[in-house]
Amino acid sequence: MAQMNMVEAINLALREEMERDPDVILLGEDVGKEGGVFRVTEGLQQRFGENRSIDTPLAESGIVGCAFGMALLGLKPVAEIQFMGFLYPAYDQIISHVGRIRNRTRGVYSAPMVIRMPYGGGIHAPEHHSESTEALLAHTPGIKVVIPSSPADARGLLKSAIRDPDPVLFLEPKRIYRAIKEEVPEGEVLVPLGKARRVREGGDLTLVAWGAMVREAQKAAEELAGQGIEAEIIDPRSISPLDEAAIVESVKKTGRCVVVHEAPRTCGLGAEISALLMEQALLYLKAPVERVSGFDTVMPLPKGEHFYLPDLRRILRGARKVLEF
Amino acid sequence: MKISDCDPLQGRRLQVLSPEGKADPELLPEFDDESLRRIFGQLLMGRLFDRHCMALQREGRLGTYAPVEGQEACQVGSVLALAKGDWVVPSFRETMAAICRGVPLETIFRYWMGSEEGSRIPRELRFLPVSIPVGSHTLHAAGMAMAIQYKGEADAVLCYFGDGATSEGDFHEALTFAGVRRAPVVFFCQNNGWAISVPRSKQCAAASLAAKGVGYGFPGIQIDGNDPFAAYLATRTALERARSGEGPTLIEAVTYRLGPHTTSDDPLRYRENAEVEKMRALEPLVRYRQFLKQRGLWSEAWENELAASHQARIEDAARRAESAPPPTPESVFDSMFAALPAHLARQRSELLDALKEG
Ligand SMILES: Cc1ncc(C[n+]2csc(CCOP(=O)(O)OP(=O)(O)O)c2C)c(N)n1
Repeated sequence: MAQMNMVEAINLALREEMERDPDVILLGEDVGKEGGVFRVTEGLQQRFGENRSIDTPLAESGIVGCAFGMALLGLKPVAEIQFMGFLYPAYDQIISHVGRIRNRTRGVYSAPMVIRMPYGGGIHAPEHHSESTEALLAHTPGIKVVIPSSPADARGLLKSAIRDPDPVLFLEPKRIYRAIKEEVPEGEVLVPLGKARRVREGGDLTLVAWGAMVREAQKAAEELAGQGIEAEIIDPRSISPLDEAAIVESVKKTGRCVVVHEAPRTCGLGAEISALLMEQALLYLKAPVERVSGFDTVMPLPKGEHFYLPDLRRILRGARKVLEF
Repeated sequence: MKISDCDPLQGRRLQVLSPEGKADPELLPEFDDESLRRIFGQLLMGRLFDRHCMALQREGRLGTYAPVEGQEACQVGSVLALAKGDWVVPSFRETMAAICRGVPLETIFRYWMGSEEGSRIPRELRFLPVSIPVGSHTLHAAGMAMAIQYKGEADAVLCYFGDGATSEGDFHEALTFAGVRRAPVVFFCQNNGWAISVPRSKQCAAASLAAKGVGYGFPGIQIDGNDPFAAYLATRTALERARSGEGPTLIEAVTYRLGPHTTSDDPLRYRENAEVEKMRALEPLVRYRQFLKQRGLWSEAWENELAASHQARIEDAARRAESAPPPTPESVFDSMFAALPAHLARQRSELLDALKEG
């Protein structure tokens, strides 16, 4: 096992899957010769050739629509959208076709494809490069939405996503692309989609967080531990389908829940998780579910992004609120 | 000149200044010496401003920046053809056009330094803010032109984008609408050879991008994009067409991106340095300097003096941009709607409380 960051771990997953299955094909803007603007696909074109790592024209609807066509004929396209902020031209393809084909054709056709994209804030990127509109995707029928929070998970989840018989949107929290290094296994170690990870064990409250927010939740948990409060952290790893059982089970134990996400609050996943707990754990709740989230605003430009993103201070505030209720 | 004299389907390209700086006497616009020198001043301003942005970025004083170096002639020449009432719809690489249109240097700096204040461009300038999503703004230009037409006004719209943008669906819809409505809009493609790492040849299989206009029912023209006179002439002619109700024109200015795509990009990964060196000899400042020299309008002392005064202006603007107050937490919320809705007011006070608690 080698120490890797998330970029290297995703690259490894892609390489392994391309070696395993000749139908796995990469496509996207700048994925080939340049190896992607974040270098996630580095070296794969050299290794597998221009027909398996395709530099496409600058056209997101084209990338996803063509990937869909490839998938209909049995290929396993892994499309890269350069930044989540540029997914929207392709969203029509996703909601109108990719997510519907299996159901519409009663299973005659399916779209086993992956759409990968970096998302989220915290790196002082230009306008349109920092948003997290994950709820829009989780709300879209017929697609799975996966968000890793660590290098090993990224590798294991992406391998599962590529082998999944249905379309998977794979959101990569670019803020932690290179910030975390850990041991990443090689070979047939897969992480199943739709299964949460208990990042930390504790009995006093549950923090539900995914992507780059897991790290923020960990900082908060350490701070709380210093005060004698043990927070449990659940990372759902897929926001669609959501591992409801893991969240409910944890909150039944702790009685308190803070959901942390950087996406806007209204109709965000926090609202979904809160409703879930109302339905399945109401009598265990010692306080209303608290949401620490981004705001219902445009993501500020770099000089203002620290106001927007949930940080240690705001998570601790949320935790205090549920503890002192 | 007539656009049809340079039919892109016949492989013709409009050029007034040869790479050696020799002007075609039949095409050379009638500018007096003062105006000819002013054009050089603008090209130089663009170059110096751009270099200053690159330098500030390297020092961590400016965010990601998209340099213009090599493309100055496209922007200086085309803006020169605009009337005061015309609108400009830029993408993200039109820093030079912004300067020529009178957008304050400080405002431009503030945008790239990561502040919303950098998009506060006075409406009178008729210059829209930077548009990052590639190609989407071409539709706005078409719509603005339709509005001008509906109101019976005499203005026109000039819209800039790159070669990569011509692959996006929105670009095709923009040309479709503008063509059908005969809207007074000029689509100005700065084909700088690259869309990040993807060369023009992999962007589209067509031999010329200019010819795409024809497919939508209006003319296209390919010009030498390192020649400010060609940019001026083509834009002027296209604007005249627009104003006289003849509809849109697509201009493809063939230029070259000398620098990286942005400050986050490393072109050595996909592009031979020899190609860049070859193109340096053809870049607009070199060419235009030659032209002025041949007319006895250039001296080294004059250029040095000009550079020094531009540089002082640039540095002063950068200092003012840097010392401008940082955004307040309220600013995250207060421009979202004309009146702040209750849920945003709640989120705002939540943030203010959290900040107060420290
Ligand atoms: C819709 C969309 N997709 C991807 C990007 C990322 N991106 C920014 S600029 C660029 C290349 C643009 O090339 P071109 O249109 O030729 O303009 P140039 O940068 O060369 O001036 C890409 C892919 C984006 N900004 N918007």
